[in-house]
Amino acid sequence: MSAIATAAPAVPAGSGRRRRRGRWNAPLVAGLILFGLIVALALCAPLLTSQDPIKQNLQDAFLDPGAKGHLLGTDALGRDVLARLLYGARVDLRVGVVAVISPLIIGSLVGLVAGWFGGWVDAVIGRIVDMVIAFPFLVLVIALVFAMGPGTTSIYVAVTLVGWVAYCRIVRGQVLVAKEQEYAMAARASGLPTWRILLRHLLPNVVLQAVIFSMSDIVLTLLAIVTLGFLGLGVPPPTPDWGTMIQEGQQFILTKWYMATIPGLAVVITGLALALIADGIVEKANQ
Amino acid sequence: MRYLVYVLKRVVSLIPVLLGISFIVFFLIRLIPGDPAATLLGVHATPEAIKELRDQMGLEKPLLSQYLTFLGHLLQGNLGYSYVYSSSVLELITTSLPVTIWLLVSGTFFTLLIAVPLAVLAAARRNGVADNIIRAVPVVGLGLPAFLLGIVLILVFGLKLGWFPVGGYGLSLAEHLRGIVLPGVTVALTLAPIVIRSLRASMIEVLSSDYIVTAHSKGISTARVVLGHALRNAAVSSVTVLGVNIAYLTGSTLVVERVFSLPGIGQQMINSIFGRDFPTVQGITLVFAIMVVVVNLLTDVAHSALDPRVQLT
Repeated sequence: MSAIATAAPAVPAGSGRRRRRGRWNAPLVAGLILFGLIVALALCAPLLTSQDPIKQNLQDAFLDPGAKGHLLGTDALGRDVLARLLYGARVDLRVGVVAVISPLIIGSLVGLVAGWFGGWVDAVIGRIVDMVIAFPFLVLVIALVFAMGPGTTSIYVAVTLVGWVAYCRIVRGQVLVAKEQEYAMAARASGLPTWRILLRHLLPNVVLQAVIFSMSDIVLTLLAIVTLGFLGLGVPPPTPDWGTMIQEGQQFILTKWYMATIPGLAVVITGLALALIADGIVEKANQ
Repeated sequence: MRYLVYVLKRVVSLIPVLLGISFIVFFLIRLIPGDPAATLLGVHATPEAIKELRDQMGLEKPLLSQYLTFLGHLLQGNLGYSYVYSSSVLELITTSLPVTIWLLVSGTFFTLLIAVPLAVLAAARRNGVADNIIRAVPVVGLGLPAFLLGIVLILVFGLKLGWFPVGGYGLSLAEHLRGIVLPGVTVALTLAPIVIRSLRASMIEVLSSDYIVTAHSKGISTARVVLGHALRNAAVSSVTVLGVNIAYLTGSTLVVERVFSLPGIGQQMINSIFGRDFPTVQGITLVFAIMVVVVNLLTDVAHSALDPRVQLT
């Protein structure tokens, strides 16, 4: 680490600055800092608050922010808002990130197979993709969660069943280009087994676009999870979740506007951080 | 004539997709753990009633023949019967669908109202102050959930200023129009950033093409070049982007209807979910998918009508 740091000034100032600008850009840095902060807050939740996010205390319900022992006040059931916000971040971030990983893997692999083999394999996969894409994302996710019953497992499965198609399309398109290139032909000509060509030679070259897309997909997935919570179909209570908090706060919007606004701000800031990261990565990839 | 053939061909090509959609919707109810008939009738159903429904649904028959029965019913417009609302699912949908379509129309209208001027401004004054601000909007807008925007709009324009109702659809046409403004703006604010982004990009591309340079050199005013010559061509590619996103947005109408208590199919779907009214949820999921397919078809048709270069195959 330190060797690199001390070596850096040895490079002529002009080219060094240009290179550094190529590695980092403002949206990416801002997004990473903001998101890192949110993750740190979520991880340090037990250190930042001694309150239990689930424990009800009806005598202390509807306390305003700044009340003694409750920095952000309490909700209708007397639960500490700050504690629910921090522990809710853990739940929503975990579900959001995990729910993007399996569609990324499954979609990329299916896209790889479709693009490489072509023919009827591609045709069949293409038709399945057309069917799934015909449904609005949120509608199908809600319908699936409803059919499978509430819970995080249902959310993971539903988002995977609906979300893989986007990755499949992206990777398939990349494979169609890559398989005509010399390295792919060379791999084929050298008689390597197909799985090895696909996973070792092609995948590393085609997966970048899918990974870039997954960054903005995390934003959409996080919003979908918060929306599910808002509709009462998300992570089941009493587990704290931002969407549920907003929905509960909306009932008291006339008298206690901040009850829905505080978790709402949390969603907006997290969304902004992730969107900045996605934007920064796209910008970096375009350079 | 060629155009008509093209439209017909596109319609015919939708048949496999529609079949696929019906297949997914058919399987939706089979995902439920346990006996579908028992689930449909709810916890208080007698064993006799369950058995009768099982026979009626043909649950003893092979899966393929069950699907064909389901498809046959669909083609006759029979989407099933809602035991919760004591009404046919089709009737529930036909009463609430117009509200959703109104919301989509209003959302698209406000999207264009917001996106077109901003995109034109950004592209015409590229890298200026306005452009930089407008380019930052999509990044912020992407992370903004529709329901939160709705709540904020209700708070400001409904409660504080009292310009618009805080929710509901009203009874007369005037009330409908007033009631659909805030939901429409909510939809537009989530959709506009994406449209701005694409329209700005295609405007910039068009503005650097030769015929724009020619138009400038002929001494035509900048306003006329931008609005008369460039916008028309840039709009063509944005129609596709708008179409794709309206399709995506039909999903978020569900949330917007919930926030503004609009009696559309999205609201009906959520209510049916809480009522554990499976046939209605199934029917509405199907209708949502059909809406997306129809919007996509209209987008393609509009695109080919606007752009003579599109190959009609």
